[in-house]
Amino acid sequence: MTTPGPSRVTVVGASAAGLSVVEGLRREGYAGSITWIGEETHLPYDRPPLSKQLLSGAWETDRLRLRDPGDFEALGVDLRLGARAVALDARKRTIALADGGLAGYDTLVVATGTRARRLPGTDGVAGVHVLRTVEDALALREALAGKPHLVVVGGGFVGAEAAAVARGLGCEVTLVTDTAQPMGGALGDELGSMLGNVHTEHGVHIETGAMAGQVLTDGGRACGVRLADGRTIAADAVLVGIGAQPNVEWLAGSGVPVGNGVECDATLYAGFGVWAAGDVASWLDPRTQEPVRIEHRTNAAEQGLAVARNILAGPECARPFDSVPYIWSDQYDLKIQIYGRSRGADEVRIVEGSLTDRRLIALYATRGRVCAAVGVNMARALRGYRAQVAEAAVVEVESAA
Amino acid sequence: MNISIDFDKCCGAGQCVLAAPDVFDQRDDDGVVVLLHPRPSAEQEENVRQAAALCPAAVIKVEQ
Repeated sequence: MTTPGPSRVTVVGASAAGLSVVEGLRREGYAGSITWIGEETHLPYDRPPLSKQLLSGAWETDRLRLRDPGDFEALGVDLRLGARAVALDARKRTIALADGGLAGYDTLVVATGTRARRLPGTDGVAGVHVLRTVEDALALREALAGKPHLVVVGGGFVGAEAAAVARGLGCEVTLVTDTAQPMGGALGDELGSMLGNVHTEHGVHIETGAMAGQVLTDGGRACGVRLADGRTIAADAVLVGIGAQPNVEWLAGSGVPVGNGVECDATLYAGFGVWAAGDVASWLDPRTQEPVRIEHRTNAAEQGLAVARNILAGPECARPFDSVPYIWSDQYDLKIQIYGRSRGADEVRIVEGSLTDRRLIALYATRGRVCAAVGVNMARALRGYRAQVAEAAVVEVESAA
Repeated sequence: MNISIDFDKCCGAGQCVLAAPDVFDQRDDDGVVVLLHPRPSAEQEENVRQAAALCPAAVIKVEQ
């Protein structure tokens, strides 16, 4: 059985994943209509630099552009920015927008991403920041210019990167993390400990194994953070970096399966003519048959392209999305790169370089099989280990002579 | 096809090398892109377009 090809594709979400879908469709020869809806008023921009070059002031916002403004005209799309999707009628195939407008489709791609999680009770409290949008980053940058005592809640990528930048700008910084080390979840003890030492040497005060309970306020302004164990840390500014949650509320009641993201099959198809890509997509990993959702930049681009190709192939001929995830983090003079999924590894083996040199490659394994390769300042050589991650290679007991 | 690169924005992900290994390489430590062939052969063009599409820092510009 063949189904008629799409003639009216609507993409909701105008960041990296949405861009990749739209460009992928055109590159693969799709000539039908494309409606592209984005909640933010900006043309698609890049988020990884928000906690790095934009926050430090090394870049201004125009450097974040993912494409030149003229490139969007060439794509021939009906691009509607500043338009928030609020509801989906999957039977009538219409999307309701916050301004009262409607958009139709025969094929829909959900690329609505995630939003920063917040600490309860901090909405509208002055001096409490999150870091997800360009406005968030500029607001935090402005706050850092006053050299506050910054308390960073969360030792993940965003928190660790922002702590490094804030120290570089001369702020006093305390990092509160519930793990044993900064980025301990992704890096494990050995590399996390090395990273923790680097932060400490740069003057960051680290509270490990600590849960932030609440933000303390004085006259509506953040003045500190109370930890779950009762201790308090004074603060002039607080950055909350405790993860993100998928933007799926607008799909409630539509019949599109949502839970931790849009629940897709292995091909990123959710049924009802609906596909998903990027941070919001939860799909069945073809290797494990487990649902996975990845909130990282390269995944957004890869999934967007995969969805474009699968849309044109049709659900019956669509191919499973299989990739080696890649993430990176820049802190001080360290470039940390990860291929694969390092979380939960039961074995870490340094195969090149050393912790002392802060220049190394480590293989992470689960039950004797390589699940990730992590590099610190060895970018080119690390790429050579990607194949072992892709193959889930057996970890060698003795390295070959 | 003509390739231009904004080296200053490169984040060293190496996606370009995976997509078009005959056209791109990386520096050892920081992984910043090394352009081996600014004017790649016709059979490389699709790979280069793929590299430009997947580059997470959007630093590869392709002009026909």
